[in-house]
Amino acid sequence: MTSIQLWTLIFVVLTFGLYIYIAYASRVSSTSGFYVAGGGIPAPANGAAIAADWMSAASFISLAGIVGLSYNGYGGSVFLMGWTGGYVLLALLLAPYLRKFGKYTIPDFVGDRYSESARLIAVLCAIVVSFVYVAGQMAGVGVVFQRFLGVNTTVGIIIGMAIVFFYAVLGGMKGITWTQVSQYSVLIIAYLIPAFAVSAQVTGVAVPQIGFGQILTELNGLQADLGLGEYTSAFSDINMLNMVLITAALMFGTAGLPHVIVRFYTAKSVRAARFSALWALFFISLLYTTAPSVAAFSKLQIINDLDGTALSDVPGWFNTWADVGLITAADGSSISSLPPETVLQYTDVAINNDIIVLASPEIGGLPAPIVGLVAAGGLAAALSTASGLLLVISSSVANDIYYKKLNPGATEARQLLVGRMAMAAAIVVAGYLGINPPGFVAQVVALAFGLAAASFFPVLVLGIFWKRCTAAGATAGMATGLIVTMAYMLWTIDIYGNSDGIFGIEETGFGTIGMLVNFVVTIVVSQFTTKPTPLMQELVEEVRFPGKTTLVAKHAEGQSLEDLDVDGGGKEPPTGR
Amino acid sequence: MDETQRRTYWRRNLRLMAILLTIWALVSFGAGILFVEPLNNIVIAGFPLGFWFAQQGSIIVFVILIAVYVWRMDKLDAEFGIDEYEEEVHHP
Repeated sequence: MTSIQLWTLIFVVLTFGLYIYIAYASRVSSTSGFYVAGGGIPAPANGAAIAADWMSAASFISLAGIVGLSYNGYGGSVFLMGWTGGYVLLALLLAPYLRKFGKYTIPDFVGDRYSESARLIAVLCAIVVSFVYVAGQMAGVGVVFQRFLGVNTTVGIIIGMAIVFFYAVLGGMKGITWTQVSQYSVLIIAYLIPAFAVSAQVTGVAVPQIGFGQILTELNGLQADLGLGEYTSAFSDINMLNMVLITAALMFGTAGLPHVIVRFYTAKSVRAARFSALWALFFISLLYTTAPSVAAFSKLQIINDLDGTALSDVPGWFNTWADVGLITAADGSSISSLPPETVLQYTDVAINNDIIVLASPEIGGLPAPIVGLVAAGGLAAALSTASGLLLVISSSVANDIYYKKLNPGATEARQLLVGRMAMAAAIVVAGYLGINPPGFVAQVVALAFGLAAASFFPVLVLGIFWKRCTAAGATAGMATGLIVTMAYMLWTIDIYGNSDGIFGIEETGFGTIGMLVNFVVTIVVSQFTTKPTPLMQELVEEVRFPGKTTLVAKHAEGQSLEDLDVDGGGKEPPTGR
Repeated sequence: MDETQRRTYWRRNLRLMAILLTIWALVSFGAGILFVEPLNNIVIAGFPLGFWFAQQGSIIVFVILIAVYVWRMDKLDAEFGIDEYEEEVHHP
């Protein structure tokens, strides 16, 4: 066992022990504890949990590489702006109001605000989006185990499943939330330490966000010499139209993803929900402003280290990662097939996106413990996202389907048991998908945002901001948005239709168009269909103000709206927007 | 809150949202994408300005926008006397 593997093992065992301890200390015995941690998480902790939930293995391991290598700098901005800008929408348009509304899940809101058929579509969307996502997380766990510890991927995934099983099934949302707080701490420390070290080494300025500016001229020059186009120049990879559409799809998709929205139900109050969004984006921005800096430093260092260097003289990290096949010749053949006296050109080698983060401690010349810490950080990122998604699946099955549809008379203990069983089953399915990933998972994860934007976002926003938005309108809008977007994606994506589409719009950006279609359909159909009842309109009105109000409180206690008789009968709802 | 107060509160909330979302769109879609090329001619601390907005500036502004929203809404709630936040827990 190498010293890197030893340190990795130490950090992995330590952090896993911590997660299990936290889960045991915060185990729950009520459905509200299981689904929304009793609605009692303080805002900074909730923010850290949201950040950990949000930042997946892909953010931690791949984001810097995607920006620096795949999208050649500027083009990667779609991910940087798209995956952070959505939080502004969440904070201003959704979080406070959904928190006031109460209940446990997105389908709860959609079903109560609109109709039962709308609830069913929402449940289906939530489960599909979450499963697609969680398969990617489980695969990420396997990859980290394999790369750092030399453990077989399958064994790695099974270890990950066992850990998640323990703390998610036992602690539900409460266990998951407090575990995620610790996972955020682990992953951000693991990300920032190598970033600061590499920045200091490459630029002489320790703060990556500032050092970033020092090297751009040099990097642009090197790239121009290699014929790659400048790192900072706009629209070399993606044209303006697609930049706008993809960024928007990621932003609105972020604001429509069930596992993110559900976190605002765990806040203590409307005010705490607003603060949770602030803390969440602050914590996320620490990583998201560092990632593009790391991308630029590493790319500069890699070009300097490799270009014009004989294969026998390359630095150690190159051989480490070439041995496991993450660095290959540009045509995909193994580096070892080249004669050792070959003089490398940067453009002759293909470097996997994950290398930038995985190898940054070595590129920065950091000692073995730091490499182990990065491995623990990658696992923290993957496990925290997986557990949040599994909770959405479990609550959709146990709350939205079992309790709301199949057995409304179920006792609390019974609901909890079903929730735990659904969680356990979801973990097994997720693990299976992680071990045997369908070939299209990678593409589909990117598309999940477009689907969320095209289905959920408009009906959530209109449900709050437009009292006269009708059930038929929302159902038609959700269905049309979803179908139009899916159809376009199937038509254009490489593995199926591979068409150029309309105006060259990329499938990842089409969610924005689908969302606009959804808005238009919902608004038009709402004009011609039965308006929501006066009581429902009054409920929506109350959701807009913090503080305890009659209708919302009664609704949260589970009384159906028809039974509510507020001011001794049929108070006329105020007219307004 | 009576009817008029509710309406005033909501209108002021909507106005704040409109201002913040306009800035949100200007820094990301505006400075980061639509006007990135002219802005890139301005270089500050080594960063072409449009590129900086696309990779750093917009994210920083997003955090500030939410901070301003949280702060202004706190003041608005206090003004209308609906700031009894902590008792308000819906889940039993």
